[in-house]
Amino acid sequence: MNPLNRDERLVRHGLDASSADVVVALAGNPNVGKSTVFNALTGLKQHTGNWPGKTVVRAEGSYSFNKRKYKVVDLPGTYSLLSASADEEVARDFILFGRPDVTVVVVDATRLERNMNLVLQVLEITEKVVVALNLMDEARRHSITVDERSLMKELGVPVVPLVARSGEGVLALLQRIEEVATGSFECRPRRVWTGSPKLRKAVDRVAEQLKQAYPTLPNERWVALRLLEGDQRIAEAVRTGELGRIASPEGATVMKKGKEDARVVA
Amino acid sequence: MSSREEILKTAENLRWELGERFHDLTVEALYAEASRIARKTVSMAETRPGFNFERTLDRLVTGKWTGFPIMFALLGIVFWITIEGANVPSSFLASVLIDSLHPLLKDTGTSLGFPWWLNGFLFDGMYLAVAWVVSVMLPPMAIFFPLFTIAEDFGYLPRVAFNLDALFRRAGAHGKQALTMAMGYGCNAAAIISTRIIDSPRERLIAILTNNFSLCNGRWPTQILMATIFIGALAPPLLSSAVSALAVVTVVVIGVAMTFIVSWGLSKTILKGQASFFSLELPPYRPPRIWQTIYTSVIDRTLIVLWRAVVWALPSGAVIWLVSNIHIGNVSIAEHAIASLDPIGLLIGLNGVILLAYIIAIPANEIVIPTILMLTALVTGMTDVGSGAGVMFELESEAATAEVLRAGGWTLLTGINLMLFSLLHNPCSTTLYTIYKETGSAKWTTLSALLPLCIAFVVCFLVTQLWRLLF
Repeated sequence: MNPLNRDERLVRHGLDASSADVVVALAGNPNVGKSTVFNALTGLKQHTGNWPGKTVVRAEGSYSFNKRKYKVVDLPGTYSLLSASADEEVARDFILFGRPDVTVVVVDATRLERNMNLVLQVLEITEKVVVALNLMDEARRHSITVDERSLMKELGVPVVPLVARSGEGVLALLQRIEEVATGSFECRPRRVWTGSPKLRKAVDRVAEQLKQAYPTLPNERWVALRLLEGDQRIAEAVRTGELGRIASPEGATVMKKGKEDARVVA
Repeated sequence: MSSREEILKTAENLRWELGERFHDLTVEALYAEASRIARKTVSMAETRPGFNFERTLDRLVTGKWTGFPIMFALLGIVFWITIEGANVPSSFLASVLIDSLHPLLKDTGTSLGFPWWLNGFLFDGMYLAVAWVVSVMLPPMAIFFPLFTIAEDFGYLPRVAFNLDALFRRAGAHGKQALTMAMGYGCNAAAIISTRIIDSPRERLIAILTNNFSLCNGRWPTQILMATIFIGALAPPLLSSAVSALAVVTVVVIGVAMTFIVSWGLSKTILKGQASFFSLELPPYRPPRIWQTIYTSVIDRTLIVLWRAVVWALPSGAVIWLVSNIHIGNVSIAEHAIASLDPIGLLIGLNGVILLAYIIAIPANEIVIPTILMLTALVTGMTDVGSGAGVMFELESEAATAEVLRAGGWTLLTGINLMLFSLLHNPCSTTLYTIYKETGSAKWTTLSALLPLCIAFVVCFLVTQLWRLLF
């Protein structure tokens, strides 16, 4: 039924997420089929339901593709990363502090505009992003077409049309994730917030100080912007040193290990 | 350390320079960009179909006059399919596990030279309890969960929450409690975990404390049996099954009413506060994936819940056997306990047997009825029914069951009160353990056990007094 089962490059490990080479985070608005994508990748049967807020904790699973092992983390659905409800914080903290090697943002192809807000916010935090354009079957049914090439050009990251429920496009998604993880696809994400020269100068100043205090921080400009906006959670993370502690050791080694493996394989 | 504070200071100073509209401006820029990208990449076909199925359906299922009737009708249909459909597989499982396998196991035990007490403890106690839970619980769960999941997959559940939102808000609770309440009809323990979707801790606690009033799978057999024996029997034979079904639906409705009343009471007293606003998205309807749904709901929900029940049934089967076979003086522990519980039981229109059964069977509501029957036969000294002390049994026909119960002094009042008690009493130990894990608080866990228990006692007491006044 599922063409993926016959692809020998894909091995699903289900729950066994030990010693992964690459960490993949699944983000997205509520009810866009994140858990379905998660199941399609890992072969797990995490319960999916057609209502927002189904995933309340982060679920983890893994798969191997082209002999590289991927750990997948399914994050709770969020509309943005700006406010502070519990599930949004889980998602934001993981993308920010957990430092996934690749973040897959699952979007609803029939509601692209609203979903785009989250995509742009994720692109601010991390550049290694793949946009999974899910629910393409529903879009087709509603006669909605999405020009994924120009979307890719606009965002500067790979865009994969997907019908996770039937498995359509999953193979392409696996390949894109691999390309972004190994660096063979170079993401040049669009960043919108550094608008006015005055703001850019302010962000630069704070970012510079951040870089000195936390040399391993990968997204100091975003953190700077959050501090300028008065985000208490981020301010707290700076004050207590949490930003440095969670950011550097583990996440960085996983990422490096993934890259080294990539070189060996290539 | 100081450099960190410095960073915050710099940011603080710069923020003043940037002005207070700065946050709004960045968010506006974000939205404008999102909208620009969407406009550039998305195109919609010009001709929209004249009839919009989704909008029409939404108007019906969330309509002011149609929403609630459709909801109750669907609930009734789901219950009816579950009750009707579970009969055959249930009696099949019972005949295999209890009628055939149980004597076989006992014979094997005897031929291996097991002493009578070991044989009784293992096979009459532990094995039978598990066999009961499996045969009574598995078929309805294997029918109910997939039906529920199909409704969920289709997208109906958020519409239920939408319908009930106003009522929950008026009770000072969260609209999403409708979803967790619906989950409770399957299993309260699973529903407690699902309360995580409620952001506010206050409203989440209300949802946890009142979830018990959703009649779980384990309690339906009790409700159905009591309704059939005591209420359905009052109606002419042709109508009796409809009348019993109506009685069960009434109990469900009482449960919903209690949910609102207790939620309201809690939000006015120990969990004071305003209902928080939330936006609930009505997701698009999606064609449910029937086979996948059946697979996942059988694996994820049915088997996991069943496994937990089996794990709890083992020790309680052992306890049931022990209390009826260990004697103090000439009388078994069970009979001692029943005698001392009888006065309280009779005061609230139940009896000592029922109370003891609820104490022993706290791990799983499924084994309440078999325990009651066994204990009743024990105290009435009936030797022609059942299989002896500590051996749970259920009888072939409802008429035979009714006979045993009437011999134990049961009346219509006992039946009604047992239905109410089963609905209102404390959650099973699995659920309590889940509540403890979710709240991390012994205080709230205790309250979630004692509050429903007190309500159950008070309601049964009042019904009994009123009954005795009237009849």
